[in-house]
Amino acid sequence: MIWKTFRKMFLILVLVFLYLPILILAVYSFTESTNIGAIRGFSLHNYVTLFTTAELIDMITGTITLALAAAAIATVLGTIGAIGAFYSRKNASRFITTLNQIPVINADVVTGFSICVLLVVALNISKDSYIPLLAGHVTLCAPFVFLSVMPRIQQMDPSIYEAALDLGATPFKALTQILIPQIVPGIISGFALAVTLSLDDYFIAMYTKPATFDTISTYVVNATKGAQTTIKTALWALSTVIFLLVVLIVLVTNIRSLRKANMEGGRRAQ
Amino acid sequence: MRFSRKSLGIPYAVFLVIFVAAPLLFLFYYAFTNGQGQFTVWNFTHFFTDPNTLGTLYYSLLLALVTTMVCLLLAYPVAYFLATSTMRTKPVVLMLFVMPMWINFSLRITALKEILNVLEGNLAMHPFLNAVVGMTYDFLPFMILPIYTTISRLDGALREAAMDLGANRVQTFLRVTLPLSVPGIISGVSMVFLPAMTNYVVLDMLYNSTYIMGSLIGSYFSAYNWHGGSMISLILLALICIFTLLTGNEEESVGRGGALL
Repeated sequence: MIWKTFRKMFLILVLVFLYLPILILAVYSFTESTNIGAIRGFSLHNYVTLFTTAELIDMITGTITLALAAAAIATVLGTIGAIGAFYSRKNASRFITTLNQIPVINADVVTGFSICVLLVVALNISKDSYIPLLAGHVTLCAPFVFLSVMPRIQQMDPSIYEAALDLGATPFKALTQILIPQIVPGIISGFALAVTLSLDDYFIAMYTKPATFDTISTYVVNATKGAQTTIKTALWALSTVIFLLVVLIVLVTNIRSLRKANMEGGRRAQ
Repeated sequence: MRFSRKSLGIPYAVFLVIFVAAPLLFLFYYAFTNGQGQFTVWNFTHFFTDPNTLGTLYYSLLLALVTTMVCLLLAYPVAYFLATSTMRTKPVVLMLFVMPMWINFSLRITALKEILNVLEGNLAMHPFLNAVVGMTYDFLPFMILPIYTTISRLDGALREAAMDLGANRVQTFLRVTLPLSVPGIISGVSMVFLPAMTNYVVLDMLYNSTYIMGSLIGSYFSAYNWHGGSMISLILLALICIFTLLTGNEEESVGRGGALL
């Protein structure tokens, strides 16, 4: 009994550690306070600032646009890469898989710096063209798409594709109408993974972005060094908005599996 | 030419060569040349003879070691309790432990900073402690998930067999569950150790002005010193390679993005 309580308490304590800071900021974001301490009056002014300050809106839309663009390109590349690698000869396949693994295990600082060295320093491509930034994010994301699509291809029944060919489909038609539809779940989760990686990135953006462009990460890191109170508390509001969005997305995407698990759990309990 | 599935590998291989292999080759070139483009090993010898850079290496190894230990000590019990629990809300609780991965890390560290400010009064007083707390806060979910996955995939019959053969709970844990969960521990450790050596923003945001390996790259970058920065990158790459060979970590590496459940 004591053991059971201890187990529960431990889980709860770690959850408190993970969530207390975010939740406290969320409460203070709805007040006029500029520091954590005495709460002063309910107010929505942080949210007004967040959604009316051009600088803040620009960096939020910039971050989202970059994430969607990089994830889309990475998804196409990673998917065709996985299909190609799976059906290639052993050596070619190993070549692709090995190179693919490098950005996955490499530190982001090194990935970002090396792309900056190649594109900006050696090839003299201007950062203002957004090409280094986009290339950097695609390089970060595509390998993860590759890794999430690959298991789907491995699990596929190869005879269905061959049947399509036997029945007269061209290889291209068999690819688009037979093979790809079977790996869609892997493609979708690869895309989602790519979006979250891009949204969370700091280092690659830092080393490849134009000076006038900011992602949420680079903006927040800069803002914490300055002492502008209105911006600081507006970022509390942003943190709260993102937290609520993540909760919402998790709920929507998991409600079905949770309900099912709950029903099974309930059945077992009976 | 007839279309074949194999040919789809070509564009991706080209992409990897240009954006993954070529940048690394250029790191080599810049690391071993000077501003005039002449070959030099100065950057290399400088790193291993300058007490400042060596101090940075030791400090980042120490910080990474302590952070990894703290993460492991917190994450293992969480993963174990969760994986062996029978509660109905398990999927929800698991989700709660994974969710922080999807909230922008800079915003989470900002939140943590405000709390630490209140608790400590002056953040600059406890730089090492803050760095460990900040990194643990940032990386903990990445340690929990792989360990949880490994333990929950273990065959429950093994534990029952140990019990049937007379082992008590502690013996069963130490001699069955723990050894079998080592792969999860290894992939968790590799998710935390390397970022802890390189993610210098967490330190910056928490007013720890001591350099770690990542900060060196950052400062060379700000000074437009591509040669010095390339050498640090290469040294980090070498460390990463050694680490990967030691742990033989092949699978589970998708975990970084939060292995969308």
